[in-house]
Amino acid sequence: MAATALAPPPAAEATFLDSNELVLNMGPQHPSTHGVLRVILKLDGETVLGADCVIGYLHRGVEKIAENRTYQQFAPYVDRMDYVAAVSNGLGYCMAVEKLLDVEIPPRAQAVRVILTELNRIASHLLWLGTHALDIGAITPVFLCFREREEVLKIFESYCGARLTTHAFRIGGLQYETYDTFEQECLAFCDLMQAKVQEYHDLLTGNRIWVNRTKGVGILDAAGCKDYGVTGPLLRAAGVAWDLRKAQPYCGYEKYDFEIPTAANGDTFDRYIVRMQEMEQSCRIVRQAAEALPEGPIKGKVGKVIKPPPGEAYVSIEAPKGELGYYVVSDGSLNPYRVRVRPPSFVNLGALDKMCRGTLIADVVAIIGTIDIVLGEVDR
Amino acid sequence: MEELLANPYVPPLVLTVAIILVFPLVAGYIVLAERKVLADLQVRLGPMRVGPYGALQPLADALKLMLKEDVIPARADKWIFWLAPVLSTFTALSAFAVLPLSDRLYVADVNIGILFVLAMSSIGALGLILGGWSANSKYSLMGSLRAAAQMVSYEVPLGFATVTAIMCAGTLSMQGVIEAQLQRGWWGAFDNYGLMLVPTALFIIAATAETNRAPFDLPEAESELVAGFHTEYSGFRWALFFLAEYAAIVVISALCVTLFFGGWLRPFPNVALLETPLNTVFPAALFGLIALGCLKGVRKQVVAGFRLVMAALAGAFLLAGALFVVPQANPLVIGLFWFACKLAVMVYLFIWYRGTFPRFRYDQLMDVGWKWLIPISMAGLILNGVVQLLARG
Repeated sequence: MAATALAPPPAAEATFLDSNELVLNMGPQHPSTHGVLRVILKLDGETVLGADCVIGYLHRGVEKIAENRTYQQFAPYVDRMDYVAAVSNGLGYCMAVEKLLDVEIPPRAQAVRVILTELNRIASHLLWLGTHALDIGAITPVFLCFREREEVLKIFESYCGARLTTHAFRIGGLQYETYDTFEQECLAFCDLMQAKVQEYHDLLTGNRIWVNRTKGVGILDAAGCKDYGVTGPLLRAAGVAWDLRKAQPYCGYEKYDFEIPTAANGDTFDRYIVRMQEMEQSCRIVRQAAEALPEGPIKGKVGKVIKPPPGEAYVSIEAPKGELGYYVVSDGSLNPYRVRVRPPSFVNLGALDKMCRGTLIADVVAIIGTIDIVLGEVDR
Repeated sequence: MEELLANPYVPPLVLTVAIILVFPLVAGYIVLAERKVLADLQVRLGPMRVGPYGALQPLADALKLMLKEDVIPARADKWIFWLAPVLSTFTALSAFAVLPLSDRLYVADVNIGILFVLAMSSIGALGLILGGWSANSKYSLMGSLRAAAQMVSYEVPLGFATVTAIMCAGTLSMQGVIEAQLQRGWWGAFDNYGLMLVPTALFIIAATAETNRAPFDLPEAESELVAGFHTEYSGFRWALFFLAEYAAIVVISALCVTLFFGGWLRPFPNVALLETPLNTVFPAALFGLIALGCLKGVRKQVVAGFRLVMAALAGAFLLAGALFVVPQANPLVIGLFWFACKLAVMVYLFIWYRGTFPRFRYDQLMDVGWKWLIPISMAGLILNGVVQLLARG
């Protein structure tokens, strides 16, 4: 045929129908991109040939803001990065500045920090579970998860007055003493949570559709995780028992008895199981810490004006989504010279393209859900 | 009056007009029921603001949808875009013509009634495909492609299950199927020594897929394709799609009830002993209890208007209950009552699925359809045929 000799149609006339490849712009307004992520998908029918992330729709220049605030003033800003795990963010930042100041944190403050951080991990995982299930089409778990998450938020509210962006910790320790029934409420929540995790298992784990939708989807093995610097539940689901709480204990985590849940295949189902088990392990930690909450002061020897000596400090903690690092440089003034965040969501999101290739559109949504991103943290 | 009733054109016409007028309201209340049931499954309350316990929500929704701006995308194929929701609604409502709502309440009892319902529900899929195509949006296109593939795949097991039921009943007429069940003394689902349960289960599964309900709601999978084929639709056009979806649910449920669950027959239609308890006491007591509940609710309402609505509802239910006690009125309404009861169970099933199951993936949907449902439905057909031949000679 002479078809090859024909000139290609002019650009204005060309439509996406001319080729087998379809470029689908998913987001930033899309129900399941968890905020304002934009993914440019290259498709052949329903099969994904490639996924390209466009980020920055929620960029607020948080790291730059830090340079114009004092150390204390900047602390509430970090809560607004990973806003579903605000307590972890606060912990990481406070620990970095404390490392610069070289202060010792009293044991009571450390224990309360552990309790709140672990409760926050549960809250973050609950939000992940609910939205992840919603992405896969199960519309009920999200409400059950929010019901339990509410209990965590109530504890936060009673402790510091805020529910989401808590600003729970201060540089040097804590601002507030715990309230009267704090320990009892934490223990009661742990009991409740154990029962509820079983309820989620009943609803999802044995469900054939759920298993089919998650098993073998979005596989990222240990080598792949290493290539992309992926940490957190994604790494542990690939069989690597790497948890900073064990690997380089901070905040007194070495005192608590808990396990690192791992799985073998590194697929969406394994990441689901790992996170479910992590919630139970967090309950274990909270229970141990709340049962033996030490007495004593809640704040170390920190002056009213925080002015660290010139130097730099890097602290990384195990946030719900992976390794969360804070790199703080001081030039000896009242403001940090530079604050750099190593956000787990951002780094983990890098592996999206690798995980998506060859899967179907429905899997992309499942994979975005399983990476567990918060755009506030990705874009900062 | 007698003359009018005897006229071959008047009662069907009146009924047609009644269905077209009443069904949108019914659909609205099915939506409300769905929201309430889902809310119940999801530890929340559902609509509570418009009217007592949200009882007037459907009216508010309808009003909102009618007043909304109706956008046609600039690059859409306007005529097809206009035609698609009309086609969907038209076909779904057309199928109502042959539904046997009770022994005397139907527009027409044609001898190919079941075929007609299946045909209309197939043409309805065309509305989805055209709607997705004409919008000139990629999400819509993918939604409509999925709809096309899904309809084709799931109509086959649906057809086989229907054929099995037709074989069992020996007729294609909707009323005929019910009468056959009355004569056999078994609901279709339990006939042939329980073997008919196989096509019954397949029919329900395939019907869920046919009506694009969860877990088979891929054409409108909101977490993947935003809203699938109706992404670009808004306002009243969108409402028409919605209406068509719920009409399709009612039609396919009605078909299921007719084929497998005895249509307007009461349970155990051949046991004379149950005549009074099931046909008089049960409906009267049911409506009485609902009325009592409404009366109790009157005091709980703070807004005076809401109290009035509750009282009116109580009165209406009481009146409905009274209908079943009056011997002259009972035979007129009892068929409709049982049909509605069975339909409600089916619709509840659809809602229950939606609250429980995650969504299938496209390839898994095809796997389930072609590798499982179609072979099983064929085997069910053959098995039932053989058993029927041996048992009935």
